[in-house]
Amino acid sequence: MTKKFTEDHEWLAIDGDVATVGITSHAQEQLGDIVFVELPETGRTVAKGESIAVVESVKAASDVYAPVSGEVVEGNQTIVDTPESVNADPEGGSWFFKIKLSDPSELDGLMDDRAYKALIA
Amino acid sequence: MNAPLRETPLAGFHAAHGARMVPFAGYSMPVHYKDGIMKEHQATRESAGLFDVSHMGQIVLRPKSGQIADAARALEDLVPADIAALKPGRQRYTQFTTDEGGIIDDFMAVNAGDHLFLVVNAACKEEDEAHLRQHLSDQCDIEVLRDRALIAIQGPQAEKALASLAPGVKDMRFMDWGVFQILGADAFVSRSGYTGEDGYEVSVPASIAEDLANALVEAGAAPVGLGARDSLRLEAGLCLYGNDIDKTTTPVEAGLAWSIQKTRRQGGEREGGFPGAPIILDQIESGTKRLRAGLKPDGRAPVRAGAPLYADETSSTVIGTVTSGGFGPSVGCPVAMGYVPSDKAREGAGVFAEVRGKRLPMSVAPLPFFVKSYKR
Repeated sequence: MTKKFTEDHEWLAIDGDVATVGITSHAQEQLGDIVFVELPETGRTVAKGESIAVVESVKAASDVYAPVSGEVVEGNQTIVDTPESVNADPEGGSWFFKIKLSDPSELDGLMDDRAYKALIA
Repeated sequence: MNAPLRETPLAGFHAAHGARMVPFAGYSMPVHYKDGIMKEHQATRESAGLFDVSHMGQIVLRPKSGQIADAARALEDLVPADIAALKPGRQRYTQFTTDEGGIIDDFMAVNAGDHLFLVVNAACKEEDEAHLRQHLSDQCDIEVLRDRALIAIQGPQAEKALASLAPGVKDMRFMDWGVFQILGADAFVSRSGYTGEDGYEVSVPASIAEDLANALVEAGAAPVGLGARDSLRLEAGLCLYGNDIDKTTTPVEAGLAWSIQKTRRQGGEREGGFPGAPIILDQIESGTKRLRAGLKPDGRAPVRAGAPLYADETSSTVIGTVTSGGFGPSVGCPVAMGYVPSDKAREGAGVFAEVRGKRLPMSVAPLPFFVKSYKR
């Protein structure tokens, strides 16, 4: 499984033509205590760069963008029910949604682990 | 806004405690420390929180006649509260008002015996000083204390922590004020705060501010930033100047008529005589079109300041605005305050807030959201 990152501090784990998407550990740290998550509906067609989810901390609301174009095939109800779990396990069990890619070439523009680490350093 | 940010005397303390600093009212201030807003909020509710509020203005009004009553009467020309009745060593909440009945600033006024002592908001302090100089210079010498820090210690363990340095503070009641010796310096201590908790606000010379902060941390207080200060005061139903009150809101609309004593109201001994009095006093008698109210989102999404309010899901007519909102850590759900038409300012009335293009149902709720524990 390949892991990629965006400049909006989201991660993607790519398995075949499906990308699992979440926010990075760095992002949850910057946001602080997360109290609310809103996810896109399953079946929704999304375009790369579109704001499709919301994550709110005690401090502020932040958009979560579609890092690639495609169809939302699943949302993670666990983080809607327990938003604080995003702080605890942002890059594991607390993923946000899964997107079935419509244009796999979009992945080429994303960062690998090394490039992302350099970005947040 | 390119002026360099000012630092408080506790800049080194903030850095040592891993604060994340943000610009606020021209100062570099801690928004939170290592533990984050939620833990700092809870530390204040459960134990004791320490807040740097040195950015606030500290102003002395000294009567030229030497008679404190003259300073009190002079200040009454600018505020709707009864200052003349304020006893030595007592503090009272009031506002500077405009001719239209709006609020220039809200602040604490102390009768310090031979002078009045005011603690005003950071963002308003220059304007407040100019306002005082313009109107009270004939009756008072006006001095801004620029070399003093202000530290708030709040929470159920605040008394124990501060009493470890000044045992006498134990005997103070809510809104008492006095001068105590702390770490060898004159400290102006009031039993008050802005969190809905028991606690104190302590003005000390800048030179001992860091020692005092360290001593309070040693005594069990946790450093708390502006983030938790905001969630604490919101849960307590307290107004934030610039959000919930400003020059376009009157004290009556803001639900602050309790801070206007009978002596200054219609038929009182010293009725009116402050800017905007005809409007404000008439509103006390006849009511207002809108009122500040507590608002609880029915769902889990926080509704934040600026969200417009509507009567229903489809109407295009804005009926009010959310002026403060966020998540209330101690109540465990989102909470907000805002202005609603007066007929909606009753518990359980429904309104809709527009957030990200969606209409979210909210219910009017009594303030405070979190019940206070002041020592009276």
